Order: sequence, then structure tokens, then C-alpha cells
Amino acid sequence: MKCVTCRGPAIIDIRRHNSNFCAEHFIEQCQRQVRKAIDEFEMFTPEDKILVAVSGGKDSLAIWDLLLDLGYQVDGLYIGLGIGEYSDTSLEYARAYARTRDLHLVEVDVPSTFGFDIPNGSRAAKRVPCSACGLSKRHLFDDEAIKGGYDVLVTGHNLDDEAAVLFGNTLHWHTEYLGRQLPVLPAREGFPRKVKPLVRLAERETAAYCIVKGIDYLVDECPMAAGNKHLSYKSALNEIEAMSPGAKHSFYFGFLDRAAAFFEVEASIDREGLVACASCGAPTTSEICAFCRLVVRAGGQLPERTGVTAVPVDLGPTRTGSIQ
Amino acid sequence: MQVKVRLHNPRRDLEIEGPITIINLLARLDLNREAVLVVRDGELVPGDESLSDGDSIEIRPVISGGAS
Repeated sequence: MKCVTCRGPAIIDIRRHNSNFCAEHFIEQCQRQVRKAIDEFEMFTPEDKILVAVSGGKDSLAIWDLLLDLGYQVDGLYIGLGIGEYSDTSLEYARAYARTRDLHLVEVDVPSTFGFDIPNGSRAAKRVPCSACGLSKRHLFDDEAIKGGYDVLVTGHNLDDEAAVLFGNTLHWHTEYLGRQLPVLPAREGFPRKVKPLVRLAERETAAYCIVKGIDYLVDECPMAAGNKHLSYKSALNEIEAMSPGAKHSFYFGFLDRAAAFFEVEASIDREGLVACASCGAPTTSEICAFCRLVVRAGGQLPERTGVTAVPVDLGPTRTGSIQ
Repeated sequence: MQVKVRLHNPRRDLEIEGPITIINLLARLDLNREAVLVVRDGELVPGDESLSDGDSIEIRPVISGGAS
């Protein structure tokens, strides 16, 4: 295998591009793809104050590293979810990356702040663990970005993530979710701008990027994620990709080019009628936001600034489905 | 001496008779090339490279994530 750029020995093949790369030119390829995503979708500028959500895994550490190398000023945000040794280890990887590069890492620990952890809290709240985890992270990402005065929140969602979510939303025709499955969600009252600069890179490439750059990341999968639908969708898409390189890219970018606009109206209806959560002040369509309801159902304690405890909130029926 | 192979999720070790190319090794283990990387001494090993008895590699999964 020879590098498509320099004809030296290649270390990785990217079949959807019909290209092989040596280490140096693979890094350049990753930078090129991220820069293209930022420019094409007008994600942010070098003047913006950027916060990247960091889990200690390959994607979030790769995008933090790529953005820094591309000249952006980026702080990190780590959310501790109380998933035992897995959370402890993931925090160490996030801290180690920040420490060795003298970067600012904001840390929020869910168990010590809200009095519940994902394994026990999701069980008590009768929610799928990945659903409770995703709900908590989205709420706290928004909250910390707004509180910290950041212009934009970056997440490490890659091409595989987006294609798998699209696959799931299409299988079940979750049209309200299809309408907002975009690389950029604009800022609005109570929400920061949210962007996904890794959408042009597959997760095999983000993992390879970390290995080539010598970035240590948490390899093992979250123990709560085993058997979830998202992973099964990824496996199914990888079977298709193996037979038809480029299928995931065509699926996702074809959706953006040709279909996403058809679902805009439904997504905008879903965004109407937002009011401030009576507990935390976050935007919500009901009196109490989904995160505060989760905290209460999980037996936790809402933040002191609200003065609301786990007792007097009418929660309505329990939802058990996962939010995409 | 055989090729030593470390796998993840769950973590386990195997020994495979060499020589064998990475592509053939992954096929023998029924692993999708889109879902893994092969690492030796901290460096990526390309698919066409042949492994010999005495080599020690890690097959690292790249699929991750919950539903968020």
C-alpha cells in the first residue's frame, strides 16, 4: 500500500476515498476534512469562544486536538455520569489530555451535583440508560456553554454516528428528529449553537488519528451501551459499507442535500411554545424540563439555586424510549 | 511462537499461526475492516501487511457510543 500523496509506505486505507495515506498525509487529510466541514456549514470562526464536549474517548479528544492544530481557541467540558470505573477512567483520559497541553477543562460531576448516577438513576426513573445519559449530557452541555459565555458547543459526532442516528430515525420515521439532524443547530434562547465538525470523518479515522498523534483515549466501550440499538445500526451500516464503500457518506450527505429540508417544518413546530423550566430555567415545552424530571425520578436533588426538592413535582407518565 | 492477538469488548488474547496478512486475519476472525484497526507497538498496521510468528498485535474496535 502506498500513500496517494507521496507514494511512501501507507499506514491506512480509506476505501470510500479509494485512497491510502502515510502518517503525515493522513493527519493532513483529517485536518482537510474538518476544515471543509467547518467552512461548508459555517460552523464558527477563529474569533468564536468554543467549548468542546469531551468524554475521554477517541472522537472528542480527536476533535479537540484537530481544532487546536487548526488554530482555534477551545476549552473542554467533561460530564461525570457516575458509571463506576468507566467514568473514573474516562475522566483520567480527559484530564491527561488537558494537562499535558495546558488546556482548560470544565468538569461537572452528576452524582455529587445532582445526587444520582446513570446506572441507578436510569433504573429508578425507568429509562433506558443511554436515554438518561444522553438527556443528561445534552442538558448539561447547553447549561455549561450558556453559563460560560461560549459562542458554540462542539461535539465529537462523526460520520458513523450521524449515519446510524439517521438510519434509526428513518427506520421509525421520527420526522421531528429528522428535521433537526443537521451538522449545525443555530443558537436560540437558552441554547448555544451546536456543531459537529467530525461529520466528514468515519470513526475508524478518528481512532486512527488518535493512534498516529499519540493521543491516549479510552478504548473500552461504555458498559451501559452493550446491546443498544445505536451500536446495532452501526454494525448494519458497516456491513453495507464493506460491500459498498462510501455508502454511509452517501446516505448522510444525500440526506442533507436532498431530504433534510422536507422535515424542517415539523422540527420547527417541535421548537415552538418553549417556556422556562420552573425548576432550572432551561427552555422546555412543559412546566418542568426533561432533565429536572429525570433528576427527581432518579431520586436525586435539583440544584440548590432552584430550591426545588424531589417531592412536589407532577411528573406525568414515565417515558422509556430513547431520544435520538 | 505464534502471532499473539489481543481483542477487546470483552478483552481476551488469542494465538494464530503465521504468516498471515491483516486482511486474512480479520476475515478469519469474522471482523469487519470498517469496525477495527490493527495496532502493533503503538503504530497502525496496514491491511496488506503480513504477520509472522512472534508478532504481537492488538485489534482495536472503533465503534463506540450510546444513543445520544
